Amino acid sequence: MRYFELFNLPADYNVDLNLLNQRYLELQRAVHPDKFAGKSEREKLLAVQKTSEINDALAVLKHPVKRAEYMLSEQGVDIRAEQQTLQDPAFLMQQMELREALEDIQHSSDPETEIDAFESQIKLLDKQYSDKLSEQLIAQDLSVLEVAADNVRKLKFIYKLREELSRIEDSLLD
Amino acid sequence: MAYSDKVIDHVENPRNVGTLDKNDPNVATGMVGAPACGDVMKLQIKVSDEGVIEDAKFKTYGCGSAIASSSLVTEWVKGKTLDQAAEIKNTDITAELELPPVKIHCSILAEDAIQAAIADYKSKQAK
Repeated sequence: MRYFELFNLPADYNVDLNLLNQRYLELQRAVHPDKFAGKSEREKLLAVQKTSEINDALAVLKHPVKRAEYMLSEQGVDIRAEQQTLQDPAFLMQQMELREALEDIQHSSDPETEIDAFESQIKLLDKQYSDKLSEQLIAQDLSVLEVAADNVRKLKFIYKLREELSRIEDSLLD
Repeated sequence: MAYSDKVIDHVENPRNVGTLDKNDPNVATGMVGAPACGDVMKLQIKVSDEGVIEDAKFKTYGCGSAIASSSLVTEWVKGKTLDQAAEIKNTDITAELELPPVKIHCSILAEDAIQAAIADYKSKQAK
């Protein structure tokens, strides 16, 4: 998978983020425009293209959901632009309840404790859906990749909850 | 992005927000979600013994377009038979609310919520 190869990293969902950052900085230095000041226009252009490619790759690999979607698309299961809805009543009912609980936090007498509790709940859910992704995303079997895709779709809801929670945290700090 | 006046009206005055008693045998629930944006929509319908939708309620966590789409369909399905309600298409919703292309998935969500509620009603009746 090209994005992983760029940073000379194994194509694994459980990417070493420190190493990724380190390799990014090395690459970034190597193609820095200053180094191409005396070079030909063509070389300058290639350096600029390389810079934008490694920036794109970093943004995708750094983010757990984008990383998973990228790996899925490289495996032939592209869910990045899909518009279809998710119909899993039990999962959605739980999402609905979590959204309601989030609303209540804003009017709670002790929001800090509740935010902490909610955060641990999100962590558990995150783990539930991302735990097996490392194996699933490199599978050759389409049915396994479909299971991975379903987990990633659900992770997107979990990340939405996380966003909403930090929005509430920010508003309470004001 | 600018919302149309109709979307704003539904967001400011949402119709039929709430819940119906899910233990009532005539009440059915459609739950759908859009992975693209993390929106969650619940649409409930109360169906008379003659197969007419008497009441509808919704609860949506999402953007203005998602809220407006669900609010609109609760208005539309009331008084319709299940077959008539099943004919509501997302394109009808987009047209009515003047949704831009990036918000089409909100109307798909609302269409799918109707379908899910109808399917839930049928499976409840079959029991």
